[in-house]
Amino acid sequence: MDKKGKRKKIRPYRVPVTERAPAERVQDFREVPLGYTVSQARDEAGRCLNCKNRPCKGGCPVGIDCGGFVAKVHEGDFLGAVKLVKEKNLLPAVTGRVCPQVEQCEGPCVIGKKGTSVGIGNLERFVADWEREHGVVLPDKAPPTGMSVGIVGSGPSGLTVAADMIQFGHSVTIYEGLHEPGGVLVYGIPEFRLPKSIVAEQIASLTQLGVEIEMNQIIGKTLTVDDLLQIHDAVFIGVGAGAPIFMGIPGENLIGVYSANEFLTRSNLMRAYKFPEWDTPMRFGKKIAVIGGGNVAMDAARTALRLGATDVSVIYRRSREEMPSRDEEIRHGEEEGLQFDFLKADQSREVDTVIVAIGQRPNPTIASTTPGLEVDNRGYLMVDKETMATTREGVYAGGDIVGWGASVIRAMGDGRKAARAMHDYLTLRS
Amino acid sequence: MNKITEKGYLSENVVRMVIEAPDVAEKRKAGQFVVLMVDEKGERIPLTIVDSDVEKGTITLIFQVVGKTTTCLAEMNEGDSLFTLLGPLGHPTEIANFGTAVCVGGGVGIGVAYPVIKALAEAGNKVIPIIGARTKDILILEDEIRSISEELIVATDDGSYGVHGFVTNVLQNLIDSGEKIDIVFAIGPVPMMKFLCEVTRPYGIKTIVSLNPIMVDATGMCGACRVSVGGKTKFACVDGPEFDGHKVDFGLLMTRLQTYNNQEQTAMENYRCRHNDR
Repeated sequence: MDKKGKRKKIRPYRVPVTERAPAERVQDFREVPLGYTVSQARDEAGRCLNCKNRPCKGGCPVGIDCGGFVAKVHEGDFLGAVKLVKEKNLLPAVTGRVCPQVEQCEGPCVIGKKGTSVGIGNLERFVADWEREHGVVLPDKAPPTGMSVGIVGSGPSGLTVAADMIQFGHSVTIYEGLHEPGGVLVYGIPEFRLPKSIVAEQIASLTQLGVEIEMNQIIGKTLTVDDLLQIHDAVFIGVGAGAPIFMGIPGENLIGVYSANEFLTRSNLMRAYKFPEWDTPMRFGKKIAVIGGGNVAMDAARTALRLGATDVSVIYRRSREEMPSRDEEIRHGEEEGLQFDFLKADQSREVDTVIVAIGQRPNPTIASTTPGLEVDNRGYLMVDKETMATTREGVYAGGDIVGWGASVIRAMGDGRKAARAMHDYLTLRS
Repeated sequence: MNKITEKGYLSENVVRMVIEAPDVAEKRKAGQFVVLMVDEKGERIPLTIVDSDVEKGTITLIFQVVGKTTTCLAEMNEGDSLFTLLGPLGHPTEIANFGTAVCVGGGVGIGVAYPVIKALAEAGNKVIPIIGARTKDILILEDEIRSISEELIVATDDGSYGVHGFVTNVLQNLIDSGEKIDIVFAIGPVPMMKFLCEVTRPYGIKTIVSLNPIMVDATGMCGACRVSVGGKTKFACVDGPEFDGHKVDFGLLMTRLQTYNNQEQTAMENYRCRHNDR
C-alpha cells in the first residue's frame, strides 16, 4: 500500500534488460546484457511490493536485505543502496551477474507468483555498476586485533572470508596458485558473462582495505597448511574442486578432446582467443560437442561459438528441465545458435572437438600434505556444517572443496559462515 | 621478483639461466619443475629445475630455443625479471640407494638428468651417467656431471666426440658387458626414452622416464598433460613427471605433443619480440 493507504497496483512483468543482439555478440567476448539504465532500474524497483517479511532476503545465501536496497533504488538513493548491499556482500558486481537468482532471492518473490519476480539480480548489478562509475564505497574496519588469517585460494569463498575478516580487524593474506587472483571468476567464467576488469576491480577494493595477496603459492607444495599455521592464527581453505573428471571412455586422450577446465583456462585466463597477440594457443574445429549440462558446459559451448565454431552441440544425459545451468545462460545459448541433445548418454557422431564438462573433483594436494585434515570418501574436506571448521583446529574450509555442489554464491555463503566462526575462534581464544 | 642473475649459452641454442626464486630454491628436490611466463601476454611453460643455491636464493634452468616463448626468454638478459614463476611442481624423483643406477640424458635432457644424477650419487648409488647428443658442439654439462661421477660415458651420433653412436647402443653394450644394473633413468627426447625402454624391457630392468607433455596450469586442474601409463590416464604435472617407462604409451605422448604444431609455427612467424614493441 502506498502512503495514502490505497492498494498499490501490481505490475506483473519485469522491465527487460537490454541485451546485445545474438548475431553481433557471438563475434566477440564482450558482455551480453547491457544492464539497466537509471530510469529502467528505478522503474523495475518500483514493482517491489515492499513486503514486511521480505522472503527475498531469506533466499539470499549471504543475507542481503534485498527488499531494502530495491526500495532505495526506487527512491533514487543509489549510494544508500550500495551501502546496504555492501553490508553483506563486497562483490555485488560479481554476484549480480552470476548468481542463479531464480533459485535464490528471486525465487520466493511474491510478484513471481502472478508474473515475473522483481529483477533483484539485475538491480544488484545496477547498484554495483553505479558504484563502479561513481567511486567505490569502502566499508569501515574494526580496530586492529593483532591477529592474522591465511586464506588458501582467491575464488569466491576465499574473497568473502577475506572481506569479512579484514572488516573484523584481523590482518589477512590470501595465497593463490595461479598468476591472477579470482579463481573460477577468472579462469572459469568467460568475459561475456563476467568481465575480467570487474573481477579485478572488486578484488582491488579488498586490497585497498588491506588484504594482501600472494600469487604463485600452491599450498601443499610451495608452503604447507602447517607452515601457514606458523604464520597465521587461523587458516581458511577455499581451493575449490579444480580437478577435471574424465569419463574414462576410449579415445578420451585424442587430440581435440579437452576438459572444460583446460578449454576455459586457455580462453579466459590465458586469453587464447586473442592468439597470436597473446601466446597461448587453442585448437578447435567447426563441429564441437560439449558434454554436460551445467554452467561450465554452457560457458564452454558459448566460448566455442565465439571462437568460430559453426556447429556446437550440448549433449546432456538428462532433460532440459534438469539442467543445472542458469536459465538465462541456456536462453542466451539458444539465441546464439547452440544445439541441444537431451537424454543422450551413448551415441556416435562426427565432431572435430570434444569438450568434457561433466564435473570436477577435489585436488588431493592439500589433504595429502596436512596431517589431521580428514576428507570424505570422494576426497572433499569434512567440515562442521554450522562453523565450517575442519577436523584440524584453527583450520576452516568452504566452497567447492567441501563438496556441496558448485555455485559462486554458495561458496560465498560458506565463506560468510566460516568468517563468523573464525572470528569467534580468534576472539574467544585470546 | 624472479630476476635473472646469470645468463649464458651452453651451445648455439641451449641457454642456462640463474633466476632469483628463494622459496623455490629452498623447497625444490630433484625431478621437480617450475612453470614460468615471460610477460603478461605470455604462455605458461614448464622447465625442469636443474640446480639451486639456497644461500643465494636462486635456481638454475636450462632450455633449448625451440619456439616463440623460449626465443623471448633467451632474449632476456641479466637484470630482467620474469612476469611470473611458480614452483617447485611435480613429484620429486624417488631417490634411494638402488645399487647401480644408470642415468641416461639426451640433448637438452642432460640438464634434466643432472639433478637426478647428483641426488642418486648423494644417496650412495654407483651412478653410471650416459650423456648423448647429435654432435660434440651441442653436448652440455659434461664437466659438471664428470665432477660428480667417475664412470661418465659420452656418446655422439656423428662420432665427433666420445663413443660413436646412440645412447641406446651404449646402454645395450653396458648390459652386454655384464654390468649389474638395478635401475635406469632415461631423460630426453620422447623417441630416445621409448627406445631406451625397449632396450631394458627384455632384461626386466626398472626404467624411469621423465615425460614432457604439454602443460598449462601444471597444478592438476586441466588435464592438458594427461598421459597413459599402464592403461590408466595420469596427469604428468601432479602424478609425474616421472613414470615407469615400461608402462608408458609413448605413441600417444608423441601424438599429443603435435597438437599445436600449426599454432606454434604461427606464433613464431608473428614473432616480434616484446622488448621492441610491448
